[in-house]
Amino acid sequence: MKSAVVVFPGSNRERDMAAALTKVSGTAPMMVWHQDTTLPDVDLVVLPGGFSYGDYLRSGAIAARSPIMAAVREKAAEGVRVLGVCNGFQILTEAGLLPGALMRNAGLKFVCREVKLSVANADTDFTRAYGAGAVLRCPVAHHDGNYFADPETLARLEGDGRVAFRYADGTNPNGSVNDIAGILNDAGTVLGMMPHPENLIEALHGGTDGRGLFESVVTTLAA
Amino acid sequence: MLRNDIEITPDLVRSHGLKPDEYQRILDLIGREPTLTELGIFSAMWNEHCSYKSSKRWLRTLPTTGPKVVIGPGENAGVVDIGDGQVAVFKMESHNHPSYIEPYQGAATGVGGILRDVFTMGARPIAAMNALRFGAPDHPKTRHLVSGVVAGVGGYGNAFGVPTVGGEVNFHTRYDGNCLVNAFALGLANRDGIFLSEAKGVGLPVVYLGAKTGRDGVGGATMASAEFDDTIEEKRPTVQVGDPFTEKRLLEACLELMASGAVIAIQDMGAAGLTCSAVEMGAKGDLGIELDLDKVPVREERMTAYEMMLSESQERMLMVLEPAKEAEAKAIFAKWELDFAVVGVTTDDLRFRIRHQGEVVADLPIKDLGDQAPEYDRPWTVPPRPAPLHAADVPGPADVAAALLSMIGSPDMASRRWVFEQYDSLVQGNTAQIPGGDSGIVRVDGTTKGLAVSADVTPRYCEADPFEGGKQAVAECWRNLTAVGADPIAATDNLNFGNPEKPEIMGQFVMAIKGIGEACRALDFPIVSGNVSLYNETHGRGILPTPAIAGVGLLPEIDKRASIAFKTAGDAVLLVGGHGDHLGQSIYLREILGREDGPPPPVDLAAERRNGDFVRTLIRAGTATACHDLSDGGLGAALAEMAIAGATGARIVLDGLVPHVALFAEDQARYIVTVAAGNAEAVLADARAAGVDVERIGTVGGSELTLGDAGTISVKRLTDAHEGWFPAFMAG
Repeated sequence: MKSAVVVFPGSNRERDMAAALTKVSGTAPMMVWHQDTTLPDVDLVVLPGGFSYGDYLRSGAIAARSPIMAAVREKAAEGVRVLGVCNGFQILTEAGLLPGALMRNAGLKFVCREVKLSVANADTDFTRAYGAGAVLRCPVAHHDGNYFADPETLARLEGDGRVAFRYADGTNPNGSVNDIAGILNDAGTVLGMMPHPENLIEALHGGTDGRGLFESVVTTLAA
Repeated sequence: MLRNDIEITPDLVRSHGLKPDEYQRILDLIGREPTLTELGIFSAMWNEHCSYKSSKRWLRTLPTTGPKVVIGPGENAGVVDIGDGQVAVFKMESHNHPSYIEPYQGAATGVGGILRDVFTMGARPIAAMNALRFGAPDHPKTRHLVSGVVAGVGGYGNAFGVPTVGGEVNFHTRYDGNCLVNAFALGLANRDGIFLSEAKGVGLPVVYLGAKTGRDGVGGATMASAEFDDTIEEKRPTVQVGDPFTEKRLLEACLELMASGAVIAIQDMGAAGLTCSAVEMGAKGDLGIELDLDKVPVREERMTAYEMMLSESQERMLMVLEPAKEAEAKAIFAKWELDFAVVGVTTDDLRFRIRHQGEVVADLPIKDLGDQAPEYDRPWTVPPRPAPLHAADVPGPADVAAALLSMIGSPDMASRRWVFEQYDSLVQGNTAQIPGGDSGIVRVDGTTKGLAVSADVTPRYCEADPFEGGKQAVAECWRNLTAVGADPIAATDNLNFGNPEKPEIMGQFVMAIKGIGEACRALDFPIVSGNVSLYNETHGRGILPTPAIAGVGLLPEIDKRASIAFKTAGDAVLLVGGHGDHLGQSIYLREILGREDGPPPPVDLAAERRNGDFVRTLIRAGTATACHDLSDGGLGAALAEMAIAGATGARIVLDGLVPHVALFAEDQARYIVTVAAGNAEAVLADARAAGVDVERIGTVGGSELTLGDAGTISVKRLTDAHEGWFPAFMAG
């Protein structure tokens, strides 16, 4: 699987993401600078976590307007898989590639802890390795992860099976509506999620529940 | 705006924190009245914070060398060898006064400053910790300070992208008017890729890097060298404002720059900003430095030379550039959208010369600014030692189980989850142990090695007996590293005390250093960097003496490590170091009996070493299934914490022992280790052979912690008590 990780000034989980992609897919991703205007020929584009531009405006707002994002939009339109984790999810919503918004956590504080995620739709390119109804462990680390969308958008997301992950067992850490932790675009090719599967992929991390996401993409693309 | 050539009055000298005899020393050195800018420069270089004038004499007595020490104190951070051509670079530093005045920004810039100290040396920060002390929980300012400091530490470290994997939080009324914020950072570098501040070569460009200079923080170091009084609100403008986004870019830009070969010398601008950094680079390299302030990137108009030289604006660096690489260096900083300006040149005349708007506003002997700083051998008195307190004279509680429950839910013992969940402990993907264990652990990326970090001190012990308290701080840090299976390598100290001009405070300082030195020598645990914070007093009342020790240990194979959680039913619970009976200064005494008396537990350093080495061997061999050191709250608290962490109980036998003494004594050099039942006899035999006191005291299993005949508590109740206090307090 060929992949690219976009690096914005202020990204800070690009190395974690690169390590996860390398360890699961066997191939290191290409790192792409935000000022670039083209993306290499890849199967997966990842927007990693961090605080792009310090998140001094709304989280992800400035990164969503950086030069590379036109290329990300083009790739998404072509059906190339796009994954945005944490700040990457925020950037995808700010860029209009995913609906809704990520507001300040309901508790108003940054929160770093392990939560439970239920796989709300196991029939997607990003989740099929998990199986229907699976519940996995996954860490979160964010200040603005409180997902919100208007009722119509929410109904459409729910009705079309576009909710990929939900916080389970009462572990919603941020007040997200419908316990939403990750959503897909209409075509099912773009996933945004707040939790960090890249931080739970090996014994050192205390578990490997995050691998399924990367394995799903690898399997999908190999098919 | 003050002119540069105004008359230097005694009032002006005093307001710069300089004593009359210190001012006379300046006059003698330069043979004329200084300009205002020069007075500011002297004040910045000669204050306690920058010159260590009261502490230097005693700091020299600490052991700072060893087979693994690459660079000891005197640089931005200490450097130790961790094998394979790699080094660990670390330091701890205080930001106490700024954090009390403006908790969020004070704490945030404390974290920023220590991260910069580490990456200035060419190391990428891979772990952070912080040791925090606040006033009594019921003091009206405490919640405000906790909330702001924790948010500030998280706000900076999280955005920068360094995992915060450990630390301490304590409460005591003696910190009511003066909280402590001690920030630690650990970085990783190649041994041949270390950068220093010593300038080399005449006529080379001196380059300013990073963020622009503003008026924030002017006089900060002088403020940090004075006691607090009611004018504290007026000091708010002396606190800097942090920008972790710029710091993150500065990190990436500096590491790229260093890899390019453009850096001859580099120094971050911390306390006293441009002044300290330039003087340090020149004086260390036996060179003069000439700066043209018209070239300094500024973000405010009409700044004076005085303000520019004393500004503590954050996220700035100064370096001596390899001229052939200028274009390449500039391009790197342009890419990261940071300022890059040639602001000066190295000279051979050993002068520190500052030009501003066509005039020379300062012209001083650069070496004398550092070398000729006053140094004091302040009078000190040995603090009286408390009378012994025999266990037999300490009454037991009505209910031992209830006492334990109350202790582990008390402010100093309760879970710090409310705090550490606001810190990103996972970023970089190498975290093996998050806060809540004996040490934080990170993997050395790309290897199977791990680095363990722990920060420790027990201020109430230091107050009662600074010498034993100093020893204990070192011993506990060494023990915490050992308890995860690491080889302790070296430590950094952050010495927080009151006003050194009082002989009794100076006595605390001296005795604590003697204790630290003795323990470091006995444990081969040298001090490689550090920071001293004095004048931690408000209205004449000092803080508890708080010499925080932060240590780093190496795990040669990170998979061979231990955690505190009870794991498997049937595992044998072994007590290493024997039962204790020392209740002086214990948590039991304070929390249950409301007393803070008696001497602290004495530290037998030979026993520390013997017991610790035995425990480490068990962990490395894979025999230990869990390990926890015994400290605050003694055996009872340690058992409770292991049960809570593992959500599993244990049955403990206390036959023939006085329960509250055995459970709550805080004797040192002790651990609990669990091993598979089948291995217990062999471990006991090995211990006998090694001369280590180990006995089996119980068995892991069930959902309750049973303390002999003294009582039984469900793990659920222990957990609720332990986890409940902090959130309830902050919601209060």
